[in-house]
Amino acid sequence: MKIVVLVKQVPDTAEERKLDLTTGLLDRDAGDSVVDEINERALEVALRVKDANKSTEVVVMTMGPDGATQALRKALSMGADSGVHILDDSLAGADTKRTAAALAAGLKVTGFDIVLAGNESTDGRGGVVPAMVAEHLALPLLGSLVSAEITEGAVRGVRQGEGGTLNVHAALPAIVTVTESSAEARFPNFKGILTAKRKPVTTLSVADLGSADLGSAELGGAGLTGFGPGADARVGSTVIVSTTERTARAAGRKIVDDGTAATELAEFLVANRLV
Amino acid sequence: MSNVLALVEMSHRGEIAGSTRGLLAAAAKLGTPVAVVATATALTDDDVARLGGLGAAQIYAAVTAAAGAVLVIPALEALSEAVRALQPSAVVLANSVDGREVAARLAVRTGGGLLADAVDVRADAGKVVALHSVFGGAYTVESAVDVGLPIITLRSGAIDDHAPAATPEVSAVSLTVEQGNAAVIDGFNDEAAILARPELRGAATVVSGGRGLGSAQNFVLVEQLADALGAAVGASRAAVDAGFIGHTAQVGQTGASVSPHLYIALGISGAIQHRAGMQTAKTIVAINKDGDAPIFDVADFGIVGDVFTVVPKLIDALNARTS
Ligand SMILES: Cc1cc2nc3c(=O)[nH]c(=O)nc-3n(C[C@H](O)[C@H](O)[C@H](O)COP(=O)(O)OP(=O)(O)OC[C@H]3O[C@@H](n4cnc5c(N)ncnc54)[C@H](O)[C@@H]3O)c2cc1C
Ligand SMILES: Nc1ncnc2c1ncn2[C@@H]1O[C@H](COP(=O)(O)O)[C@@H](O)[C@H]1O
Repeated sequence: MKIVVLVKQVPDTAEERKLDLTTGLLDRDAGDSVVDEINERALEVALRVKDANKSTEVVVMTMGPDGATQALRKALSMGADSGVHILDDSLAGADTKRTAAALAAGLKVTGFDIVLAGNESTDGRGGVVPAMVAEHLALPLLGSLVSAEITEGAVRGVRQGEGGTLNVHAALPAIVTVTESSAEARFPNFKGILTAKRKPVTTLSVADLGSADLGSAELGGAGLTGFGPGADARVGSTVIVSTTERTARAAGRKIVDDGTAATELAEFLVANRLV
Repeated sequence: MSNVLALVEMSHRGEIAGSTRGLLAAAAKLGTPVAVVATATALTDDDVARLGGLGAAQIYAAVTAAAGAVLVIPALEALSEAVRALQPSAVVLANSVDGREVAARLAVRTGGGLLADAVDVRADAGKVVALHSVFGGAYTVESAVDVGLPIITLRSGAIDDHAPAATPEVSAVSLTVEQGNAAVIDGFNDEAAILARPELRGAATVVSGGRGLGSAQNFVLVEQLADALGAAVGASRAAVDAGFIGHTAQVGQTGASVSPHLYIALGISGAIQHRAGMQTAKTIVAINKDGDAPIFDVADFGIVGDVFTVVPKLIDALNARTS
């Protein structure tokens, strides 16, 4: 079985993330980039299939700038077999819709039995790319699974819905996304880190993808992969109208409890008409 | 005025989703609100009256056996048909698990533009403008679609308004759904609804608990304070991971984004990922043993103290006031 895991490099959520106020685009120099945590969990699902059946092939795919290779190397050190990097100057600034078109074209090139992704990215929170990929490939999407069981011909799992969970299944090929409630990812071990350097990473340009769609103006251009509302705003032919920064919150009153803090808080809530 | 479609989500028990009011209110700001819904059996008169009460001027009601049997595709097909039939100027959907999958597929299908996770919409010289709150409210971004159909997902609880009630005209259609690209639903496991408490998203007051509560039993303290205030219950990811409460209560980067009038954080350190989901609250109160906890940087009123001593006293003080 061939599993392709879609991984994305994102700004570390542990640091302050910034937008450029004139362009509305993500300021990539403002902080460190990491593999989105949710994608490590998606990879974990794939690696567990491989643990149980060594003949499983796990490919990690990303679309992003040069530096996104780091994300692939991290995934290879965790245990993926090979990487695919969709890299092309003309894709710089791609929005979610164009990203999905490129990933779908890439997936046609590599082939797969199942595709695993995160339910949403921490930078964009769009949660739309995998569904767009599924629509391009006319495949079922099992989205937002908290657990997944992958067998030769099918995938079944538990989907986190709004008012509870659902038991769902689909025949392969299919696209699956997992939530942060799915199993925590393993750490790369020493051997993994050493062998990762020797594992193959293929680079695909837009020409390699051979998809006429990717060049079309209708898909929209000037966006930046990975910045949600902004990037989403550029799907189709969309524009940022304005970007404003909120003034940072200031700390207010802080008291140390000496036995009367609860009363003081109750008075504060009353005085401010909050109760 | 042009039609604006709002996708109404129906639970498998036939309840109209809580997101519907906000969706129809948003649609009404942009044009004539049309509720689009896909169900396995025809809508009842009650459903029609309720949707009218929420502002639907028209209901596009698609009946298909596939509704409730497969994920998302019945709603997608209903919406695609409605787009063809009604030539809308925009489509609004909930930014829910189902809503965004439908929106994403619809954007690919129609060549439309997707404006995701909007907190408000407005019409500006004939253009639809969506407002987004980005990176935990640190930025406000406005976006629009230049060419193609604007498809907007709305953050749950973000819109307070109510569209004027209407008497809807109902267009009933029956739909055959190609199920080849759909995932099959084998069963529903409903969460026991906590009836008396408001929904987290959109609640005026939220009381959240973190790892500092220590156990699921102790977490009851958070619920008691919430009930004394008529508030919704939230939690940090650490509290959810520890099993104190279900994932739907999580506030933050990968949980709910809330903007209540009052947010009370109990035993929560205030990691940047937690603050991303609550720092747009009007007033923030924090109780934490550790005076250096980062939650105090954003708190309007902070108490350095033990939740197990402060909170019971606070509940008593609040109850004394009301009785
Ligand atoms: C990609 C990513 C996404 C994330 N998304 C989220 C998210 O959506 N939401 C979220 O919350 N977190 C999220 N996190 C996790 C986040 O980084 C923190 O780990 C988490 O918020 C910590 O939760 P906590 O404050 O309850 O626990 P801790 O950080 O352990 O804090 C517990 C606090 O309780 C206090 N305390 C202990 N006992 C008492 C007592 N008796 N009385 C008073 N105070 C007491 C302690 O002083 C401490 O400050 C995410 C992390 C990552 C990497
Ligand atoms: N540029 C990308 N490269 C690879 N995978 C991506 C990319 N963008 C999104 N994805 C996948 O789609 C998921 C959801 O992303 P999003 O729709 O942006 O919230 C991510 O967790 C990834 O698995």
